[in-house]
Amino acid sequence: MSAYKFLGSDVPRKDAVEKVTGSAKYIEDLHFAPMLYTKILKSTIAHGLIKRIDTTKAEQYPGVKAVVTGKDFPNRAGLYLVDRTYYAVEKVRYWGEPVAAVAAVTEEAAAEAVNLIEVEYEALPAVFDPREALKPGAPLVHENLAEYERVPVFYPQPGTNIANHFKVRKGDAEKGFAEADLIVEREYYVPQMQHVTIETHKAAAMWSLDGRLTVWSTAQSPNVVRQILAKSLGMPLNKIRVVSNYIGGGFGGKAGAAMEGLVVPLAKKCPGKVVRVVFTREEDIQGSFTRQALYARLKTGVRKDGRITALEYHMVWDGGAYTEYGVNIIRAAGYSSTGAYDIPNVKTDSYCVYTNNPIGGPVRGFGMCEMQWGLERQINEIAAELGMDSLQVRLINGMKDGSTTASGQEVQHVAFDKCLQSVADYVGWGEKSGKYRGKGIAGLVKAPAQPSNAASSCIIRINEDGTVHVLVGASEMGQGMLTAMSMIAAEALNIPVGKIEMRVPDTDFTPYEWQSVGSRTTYCLGHAILRAAEDVKKQVYLITAQVLGLPADELFLDDDTVYWTKDKSKKVSLREVADSCKKCSGEGIAGPIIGRGSYVPTKMTNLDPETGQGKPGLFWTFGATAAEVEVDPETGKITVLKLATAMDAGQAVSPQMCQVQVHGGTIMGLSTALFEEVRLNQGRVLNPNFTDYKIPTIENTPEIKGIILETPEGDGPYGLRGVGEQPMIAVPPAIANAVADAVGIKMYTFPLTPERVWQAIQDQEKTNRTP
Amino acid sequence: MAESVTITFTVNGEKESRIVSPSRTLLKFIREELNLTGTKEGCEVGECGACIVLLNGRPVNSCIVLAAELDGKELITIEGLAQNGELDRVQQAFIDHAAFQCGYCTPGMIMSARALLERSPSPSDEEINEALSGNLCRCGAYQEIRQAIKSCAKK
Repeated sequence: MSAYKFLGSDVPRKDAVEKVTGSAKYIEDLHFAPMLYTKILKSTIAHGLIKRIDTTKAEQYPGVKAVVTGKDFPNRAGLYLVDRTYYAVEKVRYWGEPVAAVAAVTEEAAAEAVNLIEVEYEALPAVFDPREALKPGAPLVHENLAEYERVPVFYPQPGTNIANHFKVRKGDAEKGFAEADLIVEREYYVPQMQHVTIETHKAAAMWSLDGRLTVWSTAQSPNVVRQILAKSLGMPLNKIRVVSNYIGGGFGGKAGAAMEGLVVPLAKKCPGKVVRVVFTREEDIQGSFTRQALYARLKTGVRKDGRITALEYHMVWDGGAYTEYGVNIIRAAGYSSTGAYDIPNVKTDSYCVYTNNPIGGPVRGFGMCEMQWGLERQINEIAAELGMDSLQVRLINGMKDGSTTASGQEVQHVAFDKCLQSVADYVGWGEKSGKYRGKGIAGLVKAPAQPSNAASSCIIRINEDGTVHVLVGASEMGQGMLTAMSMIAAEALNIPVGKIEMRVPDTDFTPYEWQSVGSRTTYCLGHAILRAAEDVKKQVYLITAQVLGLPADELFLDDDTVYWTKDKSKKVSLREVADSCKKCSGEGIAGPIIGRGSYVPTKMTNLDPETGQGKPGLFWTFGATAAEVEVDPETGKITVLKLATAMDAGQAVSPQMCQVQVHGGTIMGLSTALFEEVRLNQGRVLNPNFTDYKIPTIENTPEIKGIILETPEGDGPYGLRGVGEQPMIAVPPAIANAVADAVGIKMYTFPLTPERVWQAIQDQEKTNRTP
Repeated sequence: MAESVTITFTVNGEKESRIVSPSRTLLKFIREELNLTGTKEGCEVGECGACIVLLNGRPVNSCIVLAAELDGKELITIEGLAQNGELDRVQQAFIDHAAFQCGYCTPGMIMSARALLERSPSPSDEEINEALSGNLCRCGAYQEIRQAIKSCAKK
């Protein structure tokens, strides 16, 4: 039973009827007129100088209204490191980089015309492996790194390809290794993946003749889009309006300012017309953020009793051609580099490295899937070498209340042990599986990766009849923001969810929200809603006090009525309070009730540049995944027999929606574990479609067991914490650990494709045969 | 090739006649000319199933069917399922089982499920797998989708 009146119960999603009837409007469903269609000309080489662009023929093509190149919008843009232009200026840095674009009255005309643009390149030596890019004399992707603006917590190294180097020096790693009875050191690799949201990236822009710019976008973060556009255009924020409707899946791919800048310069040339771009599936896979590949070397020291004494983590991330967002992923991976474990001595170096590969950026998990892959695999190897049970090693080292993270931040309200134990129980841990069958487990942790001052805000309007409108700037991309936030508002106001309406963001009307990313909304926006509700109630009670002639602090609101706590027969309807706001004599008391609430974290700190010590985590969400698999040694095919993920949600807002989220995240994790990899050749994406880039269908998705734990988050609104991204993090290592248990092979990379598994089995047999 | 083709068809129970370009896909025709935007585009090449509609009761990827083929046929889109303000039972089941998150694949998913239940009122797991194997859901609501369809089965 939930301790709350509304939280912890299941209500139909606020967007449910719209979504099952096809009436939910996504950006491409909006009717724009007059509208121009956009087609983009992309670079055909990975690295080179643009010697000449001739757009004459394209401009003359019938129906073409505007053609742009990098010269039309040369200003740089970016979230953390301002290193990117929307169209290439002077040089291209990755295959498929936008070089020019056409806006025309029909899609066909735009497609014909864009191919008439002539571009001449002078190829430059390119680099596709970040380890090579680190070497002296490697081709330099950004010559002007020193000039780029940046948020000061990032440390690019001009004259190299290093866009950021994040360090952790906790305790004394050397001493820790000296205390160890066993030291294990291995290399791990995680390839690029793509979000492949079923809705591709889309944006539209219109420049009014009075100088205002309106942008419609699939953006997860309309306020950040507005901020980045304003900065790069030199415009004030109040002249830019960003509208984000329902979003057909985000997973980080639509965070930051992804591609709105492509239509803005075209729109500027055609004032009064809406210029729209719709990415094809190929453009989406090739041209939107990919998950950064990770080349990692991990060394762990452990005592005979299973206690880890030291960890050294060397991470080289493939940031791709631009790392405006990626620099923060490697930072988050760095400050979280002990995963869910309490390790006293840590030396971590995390490098974000420029290459001529597609742009790296945020993907669900924000570095945690990649970083915790090696960690969770290595714990199994440690256990095997010590002859201990891997669950035991996890429980011995797992974080507890009072443990410290890699950055020395103390964690509280931790039930990591329960997460591990619950999934272990589900797969029957300790009971032997059959032949070619095995069990594996992995833990996970993640905090939202956000600036220490990332803000949220909320406005609550009480309508004249006592119903409610809640205005927020968070996005609805499937995670259930509208429903969850309505439930928090319901709880805070003590008004049923059915009387609360909430809509998707529009920066001209909805209050500021930094971004809908990092599983931060429930916590951060939740706080803002709580404060706005308090503000509403304060106003309601002040007015009621005058109407009833009672003290304001002795009143309470329940649904549609305000009561006196001492005698419930003394009451007034919320409708009267909200609407008439007057005394019997007719004198007015106060105007319409509008509550406001703002939230900004106050306990996060910057991190020491040399040691990485400080408080980067607003809250830490723990969880675990366990799997039982069967491996076919003839084909290398893995069959998942059982798969469970436990997440500690603090308090589930809606248990049903929380389960759907845990199931969905686990499936995405499984998909990356078994199928997903962006295949690159000299920076060119070889599998930009669903035939070659596989994600699971209903047919190859096993039954997932979701386990929701509720250890209240001390500072969270109603004890809530976010669980959106996390469920996928531990799946790949849990599967690989199960495969190791089944057939003894050790996997250092994923996806665990049949050929990879088969090859590993062959290699192992060969090793076993050779004395 | 002819410049344009006249087609006569039924869409969600209404008889219609239109002139279309022979190269127009059914998906673009539905979205841009019939203004029924519930049908979604996810790949344009028949890989994802977001654009599935019922043509003479059979589920088809409307992105790889030409609008001209609609002539003389009956088209049902996601907008045609609810009758007199009442949701179709599959739609209601998707809500009850929270069988979606972002909702972008949902119209195609529901149309596939609807066609399956028409031809097999109590589908087995294998039949569900086969009928929905052309519908991708990136949010991973497959488990809930299966439950929703099973709840619609005639006992």
